[in-house]
Amino acid sequence: MSHTPQDAPAFDARRLSPLGRVQHILHRNPTLVPVIVLLASVGAFGLLAGEKFFSPFNLSLIIQQVSIIGILAAAQSLVILTAGIDLSVAAIMVLISVITGSLAVKLNVPPSLAILCGLFAGALAGAMNGVLVTRFRLPPFIVTLGTWNIFFALNLWLSGAQSIRSQDIDEAAPLLKFFGNNIAVGGARLTYGSVLMVVIFAALWYLLNRTAWGRHVYAIGDDRDAAELAGIRTARTLISVYALAGLVCAVGAWAAIGRVGSVSPQSFYEGNLQSITAVVIGGISLFGGRGSIMGALFGALIVGVFQSGLRLIGVDVLWQVFAIGWLIILAVAIDQWIRKLAA
Amino acid sequence: MSDFVSGGDGNGGGKVGGENGGKNGDGKGADKNGVGDGLVLRARGLTKRYGRVVALDGADFDLRPREILGMIGDNGAGKSSLIKALTGAIAIDEGEMFLNGEAFRFHSPLEARRAGIETVYQNLALSPALSIADNMFMGREIRRRGFLGKYFRALDRREMQRVAREKLNDLGLMTIQNINQAVETLSGGQRQGVAVARAAAFGSRVVILDEPTAALGVKESRRVLELIQDVRARDLSVVLISHDMPHIFEVADRVHIHRLGRRLCVVDPRVHSMADAVAFMTGAREPPVEAR
Repeated sequence: MSHTPQDAPAFDARRLSPLGRVQHILHRNPTLVPVIVLLASVGAFGLLAGEKFFSPFNLSLIIQQVSIIGILAAAQSLVILTAGIDLSVAAIMVLISVITGSLAVKLNVPPSLAILCGLFAGALAGAMNGVLVTRFRLPPFIVTLGTWNIFFALNLWLSGAQSIRSQDIDEAAPLLKFFGNNIAVGGARLTYGSVLMVVIFAALWYLLNRTAWGRHVYAIGDDRDAAELAGIRTARTLISVYALAGLVCAVGAWAAIGRVGSVSPQSFYEGNLQSITAVVIGGISLFGGRGSIMGALFGALIVGVFQSGLRLIGVDVLWQVFAIGWLIILAVAIDQWIRKLAA
Repeated sequence: MSDFVSGGDGNGGGKVGGENGGKNGDGKGADKNGVGDGLVLRARGLTKRYGRVVALDGADFDLRPREILGMIGDNGAGKSSLIKALTGAIAIDEGEMFLNGEAFRFHSPLEARRAGIETVYQNLALSPALSIADNMFMGREIRRRGFLGKYFRALDRREMQRVAREKLNDLGLMTIQNINQAVETLSGGQRQGVAVARAAAFGSRVVILDEPTAALGVKESRRVLELIQDVRARDLSVVLISHDMPHIFEVADRVHIHRLGRRLCVVDPRVHSMADAVAFMTGAREPPVEAR
């Protein structure tokens, strides 16, 4: 082993143009884009709308408003990192809130037990997606499009399309509204649900970046065949990813009861697509294996900031939707540009 | 992996060592791999069908301790299928396989790895977006000691980075400065280097390389061939599959010629020329009887 460093192919230290350097930096830190967009949009709306927007109260309100979609986006990120997609996240969440609510309020099951049943059912629903994707080798898009409908139908059947009223929950099982409580810090009002969202992101970040399981999730999203040949049990890992996503949705269901105050089988119908929007704006590649889960948190916050800011400066709702649409396209375009470096 | 090493120690190892001695330059008599039939890997009558397509048609295979076995064959002759069958990446329909004289059948690449057989696949099996260190330890990560490792399954990233750097250093690949660099930012030769280093670092018996120089330039190919000889110098057996005849004839001790899903013959590169090998491989000439 007497090789001089010269015979080894040297890493080419190419000269880079300024734009090329930006591309390199973004390639290494794909979360930088959403962070910059978030800070810039908070700054811009702070200038445009002034105190109305840039107050502790309004900023904490934004966090509160995005908390449920944020939790769904966390679950969605897990699946998208494996180069999959989960169209059923919101359907799982609403189904679980109906199951938990019905058990606790209608069947008088102790609230804590009802919540545990809900968490278990959520993981089970997610695992069902995972099994269909891996064991039956069906595309995630089709599987979750199917289960979205299935879970939505089950939810209507179990609830009889009837909401569970807020006062009934207060009477039978106030624990279900736990995440609706808030802590007042100065003018800010942080709900437990907002804190929960941040805790979920932190926990998933740890799992993805500091454990072997997380590295395997990235490797599978990068190149599933390569991961399999490298000795990773990809099917088992994928099922665990979908099950964990289901569990996160179930936690989101508990938080959603606190946020909405009641259990409505018709709520969050657009949650699936909104969660994907947050993930994409957060710089996580739809092709898998690239991006940080923290990006999805920033993506959800960006959407919240745009909606709040545009409303406060008096822009019609339709232009809010218009702006979000461009954000999505821009985010994907940037992702493609960054990924060119890899080719 | 120790469950595969048992009985008949040293039996036959001396003979094989002597035979290869001329090229290996180390005629050590007893050998850790020379157990049982004196072969590290032996396979007989491997058959694999995909519907009507026969990928393996009663293929045989022999790998001696501390040798570099070249493997050549036309496209679609079944070289890669043979390797995948031996390493558990595909399940064979018929046939038997022996590791150090003991029958085995791996059900996944993971089991082959546990038995000390590492494979560098044609497509490398690296994850481009992950770092060099992450890739080297893919599937066998080191966890932290104590509470964090046990209950929170935290990775010992510092240790993994240290070992990865050390392994690359051993193989003279230290021009790679940053062990946390994504694999996709490396040149083709460097990626191959990482894949070979991973195999050499963790393989305790056999390293199999499927077309390791196919996508490389002249200089980088040279580097990989040197790596292969370094690996053999550590008492491992190497299987080298390649379309590049000069490479095979330069480093191989024996050349396994594959044709139509089975082993046609094994030739000695010192006795037969490349033109002979091509003639056997394509069916233009009958292989010599003693080589069958």
